[in-house]
Amino acid sequence: MPLLSVSDLKTHYKSRDGVLRAVDGVDLVVERGETVGLVGESGCGKSTLGKTVLRLVDPTDGRIEFKGEDITVLDQRRLRNVRKSIQMIFQDPFASLNPRQTIGEILEAPLAVHKAGDRAKRRRIVGDIVAKVGLPADSINRYPHEFSGGQRQRIGIARALLLNPELIVCDEPVSALDLSIQAQILNLLVEMKKEFGLSYLFISHDLSVVRYFADRVMVMYLGRIVESADNATLWSDPRHPYTRALMEAVPDPARPRQAAPLGGDLPSPSDIPSGCRFHTRCPLATDLCRAEEPEFRSIAPGHQVACHFADTIN
Amino acid sequence: MAPLLQVDNLTIRFPRAEPVRDLSFDIGQGETLAIVGESGSGKSLTALALMQLLPRAAKVASGRIAFGGRDLLKLDAREMRHLRGRDIAMIFQEPMTSLNPVMTIGRQIAEVLKVHERLSGRAASERAVELLKLVRIPAPEKRVDDYPHQLSGGMRQRVMIAIAVACKPKLLIADEPTTALDVTIQAQVLDLLDTLRRELQMAVVLITHDLGVVAQWADKVVVMYAGRKVEQALPGDLFNNPLHPYTRGLLAASPRLKNDFHYRDGALSEIPGSIVSAAGEAGCPFRPRCAQARASCGHHVPQLTVPAPDRLVACPFTSPIKAVPHAAALSL
Repeated sequence: MPLLSVSDLKTHYKSRDGVLRAVDGVDLVVERGETVGLVGESGCGKSTLGKTVLRLVDPTDGRIEFKGEDITVLDQRRLRNVRKSIQMIFQDPFASLNPRQTIGEILEAPLAVHKAGDRAKRRRIVGDIVAKVGLPADSINRYPHEFSGGQRQRIGIARALLLNPELIVCDEPVSALDLSIQAQILNLLVEMKKEFGLSYLFISHDLSVVRYFADRVMVMYLGRIVESADNATLWSDPRHPYTRALMEAVPDPARPRQAAPLGGDLPSPSDIPSGCRFHTRCPLATDLCRAEEPEFRSIAPGHQVACHFADTIN
Repeated sequence: MAPLLQVDNLTIRFPRAEPVRDLSFDIGQGETLAIVGESGSGKSLTALALMQLLPRAAKVASGRIAFGGRDLLKLDAREMRHLRGRDIAMIFQEPMTSLNPVMTIGRQIAEVLKVHERLSGRAASERAVELLKLVRIPAPEKRVDDYPHQLSGGMRQRVMIAIAVACKPKLLIADEPTTALDVTIQAQVLDLLDTLRRELQMAVVLITHDLGVVAQWADKVVVMYAGRKVEQALPGDLFNNPLHPYTRGLLAASPRLKNDFHYRDGALSEIPGSIVSAAGEAGCPFRPRCAQARASCGHHVPQLTVPAPDRLVACPFTSPIKAVPHAAALSL
């Protein structure tokens, strides 16, 4: 049984412009000990998908099974129990830390909510975790503003680890950090994964980070997964034109400059194009693509693509 | 020929800090100079100093900024206003905060033309449409009446570019112009900037933290750390053979797309600590984070030396330049 299994998940918002289909039919599996990378550009629905998995946002339709239990039907009290096992790390740790609380208070709160031992025991747990994430011991008496961006993200990671979770949803955890700090945080996440046997759903717009960090990668476009493969396969044999364009668009010092691979902007998720949702920007689009939405199908074991021409693209 | 812009020994001072120290660089006509650095390196303040738009608390403590033979620091406010937006223009990271939300984009473009080129309202509006076409905004006749919020992030940055190039400036300062944009949009905007640079014969100062962008778009690169220039090179040389320990550390720490290195193969190389440690350092600002630091690094700030043509480095202990075969150089 997979740790997390999401099927036909939809999260729609009602807005003035009609229905905004942020997540529009996603299937996703995270196995125990696995890191699944979820890449896509802003507005593709990847953050909404992450929040829906934790039920910070309620889904419109579909199932989210955590260790075989459908958590979409749980009431708030039982959900609280599940949330011990699924935690989240955010992009901007400063925005998610109360500026008037010390790090000690911030980290003790989840333990108190979940009634983890008496005060002394909670202090001990907090002290341990602070040391594990590489913060100085006196951090617990200090306030969030006294820390640098990288250290704040360490605090965010410490908070996520407190309740011994099994799955952590990381939403752009290194995007706000300087390059020299990014490596520190990525290395810490890998260490924590090994030490606590964690699984990650790792959401990022940065392909090079995902390439280093993920075991399996899913590419999302306008609310749907368009390609999914294990890490090595995706980079060596990408089959969706969008995946290819994303890879080409990343400026890489080891490559000569190329023309911008895609024109135009991401269409609005309130007005998703007919047929294949990528056809308005796809260099290979045909009449078939404009008329018919491609099925998300297997083209090789563990490699799925939603493109009519996935077999012939080259 | 004298460079278009020449900055000599620029030092910017706040009451209790000097975030830019002793910085020199120059740019030739039509050239793209990239200034790379992380937050706190002083790269954005440098850009603001060129525009004479430093925050009130900051002063240029010393140095010279020569533009087309004139020292910008000696101009009065009126002369500078005349130059700014006409001969030197600037675009910023977040176009939404630099555009007026209650004014159509057409009027915002026209405003520049009325001020600097004394165009009539009618002529300026017509020119605004042409400029929108120049920056490849589809249906410019319609878009000209849009408000900023009606445009996507990429389109807004195009509008900013249209405003910046309206008077055909000789120098465009682009401060993290694509940092807020998605990669596919970033590629479009960088393409556009480069096309305009060639068409308008304009020099570009590209300020960025993205090493990939630098490698592909710059003619010359300045690496800044804690307010100082620590290395300068042609992009190929910088990536093939970085000399300063900070530049080396940055390149080693960045995960790369064309590289099979995976977390299961090992940890990323780290630069320990953070830039905060440079505050109040007597010697080399990078010393607290440098693996090769020696006792003498704490004594005085290392001077820039010229280890090879077109190169500068501020570290006396960097290893000598080796000849790097081209193929090997491409697999960073």
